[in-house]
Parts: sequence; C-alpha cells; structure tokens
Amino acid sequence: MLTPRVYKEIPQRYRLEANKCKKCGRVNFPPRLVCPNCGSQEFEDYRLPTTGKILTYTVVRTPPVDFKLQKPIVLAIVELEDGTRIMCQVTDLPPYVENYDEIIKIGAPVELVFRKIFSEGEAGIHVYGYKCRLI
Amino acid sequence: MRDVAVIGIGMTKFGELWNKSLRELFVEAALKAIKDAGVDHIDSMYVGCMTSGLFAQQEHLGALMADYLGQKHVPAYRVESACASGGLAFRLGFIEVASGMSDIVLVGGVEKMHTGADSTACLAAAADAEYESFLGITFPGLYAMIANAYKEKYNIPFDRFRKQLALVAVKNHENGSKNPNAQFPIKITVDTVVNSTLVADPLRLFDCSPVTDGAAAVILCPVELAKKYTDTIIKVAGSGAATSTIALAQRDDITYLDVVAKAAERAYKMAGVTPKDIDFAEVHDCFTIAEICVTEALGFFEPGKGAEAVEAGKTALDGEIPVNTSGGLKAKGHPVGATGVAQICELVEQLRGTAGDRQVKNAKRGLAQNMGGSGASSTVHILEVL
Repeated sequence: MLTPRVYKEIPQRYRLEANKCKKCGRVNFPPRLVCPNCGSQEFEDYRLPTTGKILTYTVVRTPPVDFKLQKPIVLAIVELEDGTRIMCQVTDLPPYVENYDEIIKIGAPVELVFRKIFSEGEAGIHVYGYKCRLI
Repeated sequence: MRDVAVIGIGMTKFGELWNKSLRELFVEAALKAIKDAGVDHIDSMYVGCMTSGLFAQQEHLGALMADYLGQKHVPAYRVESACASGGLAFRLGFIEVASGMSDIVLVGGVEKMHTGADSTACLAAAADAEYESFLGITFPGLYAMIANAYKEKYNIPFDRFRKQLALVAVKNHENGSKNPNAQFPIKITVDTVVNSTLVADPLRLFDCSPVTDGAAAVILCPVELAKKYTDTIIKVAGSGAATSTIALAQRDDITYLDVVAKAAERAYKMAGVTPKDIDFAEVHDCFTIAEICVTEALGFFEPGKGAEAVEAGKTALDGEIPVNTSGGLKAKGHPVGATGVAQICELVEQLRGTAGDRQVKNAKRGLAQNMGGSGASSTVHILEVL
C-alpha cells in the first residue's frame, strides 16, 4: 500500500513523465499547467531522456531522519541530454569513499536508474523513484 | 504614499533558550520595541514566522501574539516566506503605514527552533517537498551545491576557495563578538572552520548558521508622526521583494541569486540610490557561500568577485562596504522567522550610532537583505537617516 503523497507522483518518479510546451518547446519536470518560459497553457506529453551529466553535487553528511541509515547520501543536479535539469541521488557508489571529489566530477556522464529512495515513517513504507549512476 | 520611519526596535538575546516559549520570545521583543518607540498603542501588527507548526505544533500566530501582547481586538497578520518571513512581514507593515491605512504598526519576527523537533527536516519544508526534500537534500546540501558550482564556474582551486568561505565566518564571528545579543559571540580562525565537521561537502559546521531561538520587533509610523517620538528620524527609503524558482535545479544560473538582484533593483529604484551609495549591509549569510553570492547579486561586487572581496577585507567592519556588522546569521544566530526583522534592528542601531564596539563610522544609509529557501524569495530594504 502506498500513501496518497507517494502514489500521485508515480508517473514522474517511475516513468519520468514530463510535459513539453507546444508554443516554446520548454520541457517541464514535473509537468506544469502554465509554462514558466512563455505563459502558454498548452502542452504535449513528454518523457525525459535517461542520460545526462552532473552540473553540481554534494555529499549530505547529516540527512533528515528518514535517510539516517543511508548516510552519507550523495546528491546532484543533473542536466539531461535534452537540457532539462533534475535533482537526484547519485547511487551505486562504493560503500566507503575517502574523498568523493576524486570519483565524482562536475560534467561526468550519468544515467538515470530506478531505485528505492527511502522507507517512509514508522510503518516503513518503501517509496521508489529515480537516482543516477556514473557511466 | 506616505514616507515611513522606524521609531522603535527590540530583540531578545538569540540562543538555545530551552526555558523560553514561542510566545514569550515574541512578547519580550515586542515590548522592548514598544518601549523604545515610546508609543502608547499600536494600530495593527505583523508576525513573521516560518514554521511554528512543525517546530512547536502552533499556528494562528497573529491571534496568539496579539492576545499575549495585551492587544486584544488589534488586527494581526502572520507572514510566511520561509527564512524571509521577517523581511516580508516588515515590507507589509511598511506598505500598511505608507498606504495610510494605519499609523502605528508593530512588525515582529519569531522562531522557536529548540523544541525537540528535527530542525533539519523542519527547515527542509522550505524547499520543493516532492522534488528536493523527498530526495534527502537539506539546506546545507542545497547551498553546498551552489558552492561547488561557484568553484567550478570561476575555476577557483579548492584550497583557496575553502579559505575564502572560511573567511566569511571568521569576519562575521569577529563582528558578532561585539554583539551582546549574539548566540555565539566568540572569535574564530580559519582553522576553526576548516577543521570543523563536514555537514555537506564542501560546507562544514562553521560554514553554517546555527539553530536558534529568538525574536525581534520594530515599530513603524509615518515620518511626519515620527518627529513626535524621536529626533533621529530613520526613514525606510526603499523596499523590494521578489520570487524565483522554488527548486534550485530550475534556476538559470545556479551560482547567481536572481531573486536578490531583482528585489535589490526594486529597492534601489525606490530609494533613488545605487549600490555605491550604501554605507553598510546586513545580508542573509545562512551559509558562508550565501554571503558571497548575495553581495554579488546586490551589486557590491561583480559576479565571481565576491569571494575575492572577502579575502581582501572589503566586507570587514573597517572595509569599503561592511557586511553583517551584527555578526550575521552565522554568529548572531538564525531564528529563521526573526532574522529579517533582526536585520532591521541592526540597521537602526548603526544609523542611530548606538552599535557600540561594532559601530560603522558615518553610517547614514544601510541595506538589509533577507532570503527564503535556496533563493526562491528575497526582500531588500534600504534605511537612511533623514
């Protein structure tokens, strides 16, 4: 069972569903009702590409309670190959890393993958979504 | 529109105040401001507060604070814009007096952060809940991403950049050591910062503003009326506010706080001044990198030159544009909803010439910049002595 907060975001988190402005071509992730670029309200369905590069990143050493078991967590802003930007965790890293700057570089190519994000609340409901890994 | 003056200020000591409640903090600051102004009543009041609901399970702050301040029946408004709640509350109070709707308005800001709640999670509510906080990102993490992008964009070697960031904290603690209301009135060195624990790479504990309880309040009235209460008329010469994308990833340039530039542009225009006309400034140094980016967006330095400016001492108390004379969020403390109002208190202290050991010489015009989230909202106010 999933909580409403989680299941309403499934199209974005499981399938990377975005929308694209019919007027100016801007891609919005998550999908929007008003284009922030041109103000148009007409969109077509669009799915994000799954490869891109790291624009910036950080290693969060003191994450919120739900992420305590995973710490430290590495997060990045990724620019996908169509220019759309998303934030996501960087996954599939070695279990212990002395200096993250040596393995993660700004500009490094990545691909999006499907992963568990965390287990929510006392009931521990698993919530899933996208992360990226270095390629 | 009428000209508006700040005629009274008051704040609590900032700190880890386990024995003081949300309402006690607000009322203490408000009473000090009312006494300082010498007014016998207020026409309306504003309460800036970010997230008393998450921290203390208390909303409905307008009514609560008016009740406990002994202001039954006075209209009261709670204003929220994350960490810019205080600055935005001040702007709304200013607008109410300027419009002629009310003559004497109290603007307070408050945050009670030591309550047992997970403060990192409470503060994360200021980010995009589904596309940022959901991923485990924290505010130190968001600003750390800005820092890494800045270092990359301006091609600064890591060691030099690390020291530049540290120097912001060293300077603000130097100023804060002269502020009796500061949470951490202690001097520190670059070594203190670079040897402190990592929070979100490259930011360390001493790059981050602390978790703070505290409140601040001011009294506003028309300039014409202010003459009845004081000889030193401090006018609100300019007010600007702006918003930008809630999510950092959607920002055109991650290293440039467009929201600050836009709010500043509006405040400068209203005041009829340029960045060069500002004598000193209180800015939103929630993290060391934030002060650097803010001073660039305010137009004090060119984009990419803010870090060098700190290194060169340009923002020190005796520098060309003293920044965060109060100790800033870093040393004075950052009770998020109170910060914007506390910045105004510091401006008034400096303009009155009552800032003691941290007094800026010939301070005639000051600027206060308050910011919410990772740069999604901001206010800029310019105060000057008439």
